[in-house]
Amino acid sequence: MSDQPVLPDYGDPSPCVADNASFCTDWFTAHWSTLFWPALAEHVELTVLAVGFGFVLALAAAVLAHFQGWFTAPASFVASFLYTVPPLALFQLLVPVTGFSVLTVEIALVAYSLYLLFTTVLTGLREVPQDAVRAATGMGLTRRQILFRVELPLAVPSLVSALRITTVMTIGTVAIAAYVIDAGLGSLILKALQSPFNTLFIGSGALAVALALTADGLLLLAGRLLTPWARSRRNA
Amino acid sequence: MSQDPSTAPVGAQEIVFDRVVKAYPGAAAPAVDDLSLTVPAGEICVLLGPSGSGKTTALMMVNRLAEPTGGDIRIGGRSVRDMDPIELRRSIGYVIQSAGLFPHQTIADNVATVPRVLGWAKKRTRERVAELLDLVGLPVNEFGGRYPAQLSGGQRQRVGIARALAADPPVMLMDEPFGALDPITREHVQDEFLALHDRIRKTVVFVSHDIDEAVKMGDRIAVLREGGRLAQYDEPRTLLKEPADAFVARFVGADRGLKRLSLLRLSDLEPAAAGEDSAGLPELPAEATLRAALSLMVAQGTDRVRVRGADDTRLGTVSLDAVRKAGAA
Ligand SMILES: Nc1ncnc2c1ncn2[C@@H]1O[C@H](COP(=O)(O)OP(=O)(O)OP(=O)(O)O)[C@@H](O)[C@H]1O
Ligand SMILES: [Mg+2]
Repeated sequence: MSDQPVLPDYGDPSPCVADNASFCTDWFTAHWSTLFWPALAEHVELTVLAVGFGFVLALAAAVLAHFQGWFTAPASFVASFLYTVPPLALFQLLVPVTGFSVLTVEIALVAYSLYLLFTTVLTGLREVPQDAVRAATGMGLTRRQILFRVELPLAVPSLVSALRITTVMTIGTVAIAAYVIDAGLGSLILKALQSPFNTLFIGSGALAVALALTADGLLLLAGRLLTPWARSRRNA
Repeated sequence: MSQDPSTAPVGAQEIVFDRVVKAYPGAAAPAVDDLSLTVPAGEICVLLGPSGSGKTTALMMVNRLAEPTGGDIRIGGRSVRDMDPIELRRSIGYVIQSAGLFPHQTIADNVATVPRVLGWAKKRTRERVAELLDLVGLPVNEFGGRYPAQLSGGQRQRVGIARALAADPPVMLMDEPFGALDPITREHVQDEFLALHDRIRKTVVFVSHDIDEAVKMGDRIAVLREGGRLAQYDEPRTLLKEPADAFVARFVGADRGLKRLSLLRLSDLEPAAAGEDSAGLPELPAEATLRAALSLMVAQGTDRVRVRGADDTRLGTVSLDAVRKAGAA
């Protein structure tokens, strides 16, 4: 550690900041609204956009594959190929085309999320009890009605677990997006890595972890609320 | 049991299988081969046969879950080929072995399935659901809000029947509907369905591989053999008395004489006057079957039973000989 002030100029350093303790609550709260909150909000935005797009795309592909079996192989091939390309490498490939932009980040994030979303959703659709589908067909529901009234509702647990895994994964990947755009908690972490000041590093890192845990918990809760029937046996 | 066509209820419709063939693509032999039979309106026809004899296939051709590769099926005189499959299915009740209830919907929502796709008004649907759940002994107040996982197997099966009846279809198809139930529950649900059928009088095609169930439920029984060919189509008592060939005889079982007796009741016989000597005889109600009477006589070592009528009146006695004659008649 050097004797120099650890950060160039953040005003009058408190004793905690001057000592560079592992976490200075005063500094953290003082910079919440200018530093942490905007980064957190950007992080949430990038994640929601990526998971939302990825989910819609993967859901459409999974439904198509469920209806038209031949579509499964090419779709899985593309999704798994995109999944095997590390996000950093994908950024590298995209920057010459789409520049240092949100678009670059989102394309890479969506591409990375498709595989898990597609396979989990398709499995969910395929695992719907065949009795229920047969009964629905026999009662004269159309293919579309069976999809919306029987198959998708029964696949909700799979949809939710796909969303949970992908959201947590994407929150982590968004942090790497700081190499491309100056946004999100990742850019704070990147800055913190280049300086020995602990509060910035621990504060932004902890926020990323807290965000992942919160998102996971909220999705879990939403899933529970959407599937009262799945718990009915226990409450009976 | 079987009834005069003139008393056939409005709404029920005759089903005709006319030289129906179903060959699945790639299969060496047809699953159903040249099947012709007529189910009169309002009757229960049981399709009986060993596994793989094409019972399910025959049933699924009625609501076009499978398309015949030859011949024709007519409901109320109209060929099913001329009907839109979706409309056709909405006009036919369909019950399968596992009930096939939608696990994510409440009992009331399950029963409301067909009225909803038919676009019934909310109030009418709600009233119909309540009426049907009452009909199958599951009052909507207690059971309507539950999920299928919160019911017993027998209750789920009854919901399956209520759901199939929702739009008051003239025809019902039931594929081993009670096959997954334990014997006691099965017997109970069978009795309930028969009582229900007495009131609603739909034309029912009922698949079973259990001869006892067939004899109990069927106005007529169609015995299918492997390869989906019809071996015999008759009323239960004829089937038991005169099996058409060795296959049917083996299928109905060596105890077909006893099964026949279970179709007859003491009240079907003319009791002999009970003399002084009838005091120590075992007694049975008039609605008991001849099979029960025979069993009692064998167990007690007597050759007569006393018949008790309603209000405990004594109607007389029935002898072993009379039972034997009735069984052979
Ligand atoms: N979708 C299908 N494709 C090809 N063959 C089929 C199909 N469904 C049934 N089969 C064949 O048709 C024959 C009759 O089958 P089906 O299911 O109608 O018999 P089942 O009498 O209902 O038998 P079980 O008592 O076991 O239910 C069998 O040999 C079966 O393998
Ligand atoms: Mg079958």
